[in-house]
Amino acid sequence: MTAATLPATRHRASKQNPVSVAAATLFMVIFTGYFLAPIWWLVVSASKPRSELTTATGLWFGDSFVLPQNVAETLTFDDALFLRWMLNSLIYAGFGGAIATLIAAMAGYGLSKYVFPGREAVFNVILAGVLVPSTALALPLFLLFAQVGATNTLWSVLLPSCVSPFGVYLARIYAASSVPDELLEAARLDGAGELRTFFTISIRLMAPALVTIFLFQFVATWNNFFLPLIMLQNSRLYPVTLGLQTWYSQIGHQPYLLLSVIVGALLSIVPLIIAFLMLQRFWRSGLGAGGVK
Amino acid sequence: MTVSIEGTTVGPGVADGSGPATGAGPSGRSGRARNLRAGLMFLAPFLVLFAAFYLIPIGYSIVESLRTITRTSTFGPVQEVWGGFVQYEAVFSNAQFWASLRRVLVFFLISVPLQLGMALVFALLLDSPVLKGKRFFRLAFFVPYAVPGVVAAIMWGFLYAPQLSPFTLIAQNLDLLGPGLVIFAIANIVNWVYTGYNMLIIYSALQAIPTELTEAARIDGAGQWRIAWSIKIPMVAPALVLTGVFSIIGTLQLFNEPLVMRSVSSAVQTDYTPNMMVHAAANIPNYNLAAAYSVVLALVTCVLSFTFLKFTQRSTEKRAAG
Repeated sequence: MTAATLPATRHRASKQNPVSVAAATLFMVIFTGYFLAPIWWLVVSASKPRSELTTATGLWFGDSFVLPQNVAETLTFDDALFLRWMLNSLIYAGFGGAIATLIAAMAGYGLSKYVFPGREAVFNVILAGVLVPSTALALPLFLLFAQVGATNTLWSVLLPSCVSPFGVYLARIYAASSVPDELLEAARLDGAGELRTFFTISIRLMAPALVTIFLFQFVATWNNFFLPLIMLQNSRLYPVTLGLQTWYSQIGHQPYLLLSVIVGALLSIVPLIIAFLMLQRFWRSGLGAGGVK
Repeated sequence: MTVSIEGTTVGPGVADGSGPATGAGPSGRSGRARNLRAGLMFLAPFLVLFAAFYLIPIGYSIVESLRTITRTSTFGPVQEVWGGFVQYEAVFSNAQFWASLRRVLVFFLISVPLQLGMALVFALLLDSPVLKGKRFFRLAFFVPYAVPGVVAAIMWGFLYAPQLSPFTLIAQNLDLLGPGLVIFAIANIVNWVYTGYNMLIIYSALQAIPTELTEAARIDGAGQWRIAWSIKIPMVAPALVLTGVFSIIGTLQLFNEPLVMRSVSSAVQTDYTPNMMVHAAANIPNYNLAAAYSVVLALVTCVLSFTFLKFTQRSTEKRAAG
């Protein structure tokens, strides 16, 4: 919102019926409770000693606050397995996201800035890829990786995470509107090669789109469950989602895992929530591009 | 293929965005050759990976689904041979598969209208002058999207458990994980994660409405309700269509939440959703049957998404014309 429109908004806001304002605020406060209470419960429960987790847990802290001890126990449990899972997720999502972003940016840029026969056909095939559910790909990917003996490896989860058709779509739209053709022409006259122009000039102009693509791919891979579930048998290669689900399914036999699952669930969402809070404006622009363009 | 979302043709139409200036300069033979060379150079890395991890797997899935396992004799070695539509006959004659499709349809009806309806209401409130503290609410509602589906399901699984839940009154009196209510319990998990996300998509669309439009309506004496109903909602219809398509795709792929719920609810079986049947068939292992399930599921997803898009497009066009 620009400075010019701000006073008008204030003026309007002040004229609102106080009953409407109160009703709207109450409504939103109630739903804030709905959306935040489960996370609050997680924080509170992760701070309690194991003995207090056997009866109704409540929404407030117990007698003793042992979050640091619980975190330490969860991180070191079973040869630091949980730490390993977090690290794996970071590798899958971080590297996958970075590579996916780079090659999607190049592809989108190529589709936007160079006219060649078959360009639209290629773009439409890539767009169709956006609609292909990733779960439909997991099984054939497993069979193909099995043929080269590469299932149950880091690569079997990492490599498929390096492809983002949606990223190409976003990069093409963004390159079309933010990288002027005159600039490329000027660079050409100066004798710069096309790749060099891309890496020194265009990629900077496309930076906001790159951050958005990276975030989308990072979150998609961090949340991925079906592909690792099918690909991996070695629990030391699991991402955190698969690891937590494995622990969760064992609570019936091994009740002491309950605490680790609660603390682990909390630890697994903290990095994403922090990233979301810090990079909000990129999210909004990305959602805008997907929804409004 | 042309995917057309909200009247903007995504596809050939996007090319118009880059304008006639694309590939400007010497449009002679050398320029054209340069365009082809450079275009391919930029596209090559993506296309290689796209082929390896999208196109080839899809093709492989289709081939596998048309094959079947036989033995030369009772104890002979296993052989994979051409089976035609044997697997597909098995898929379509499987009552459990139809039951799982019916279940996700019911799930869709329980979850999506409520989810999108609430997302629209939240977005309209965020966009109206009535509400204060918008930044806070926007963030608070969006935070659950940062929680992976599996983790959300685990968390709600604890909240549903009669012994653990802080909401004792509800969890101890209602059998939330029993056969009657578990579908609502799963729908609640999905809605908890995605309502804020859909809210932001709709909110972005609301923000793009020119202020002059709502301002003019206000000066003409229209109240907030009327402005929302007659101007804002029609203007964000395309965003609603988009969220609707995402919801169709998401519902048909339903897997993570029910799989997690299986640990605590005997009402969720391995054939609960179509995707869980794919997983179960792959675990047998009967990869040919699993591939056929995947192909059918992907086709159903595509057909439903396109039907939905076409249907909503026609009704928006009709409204624009009338």
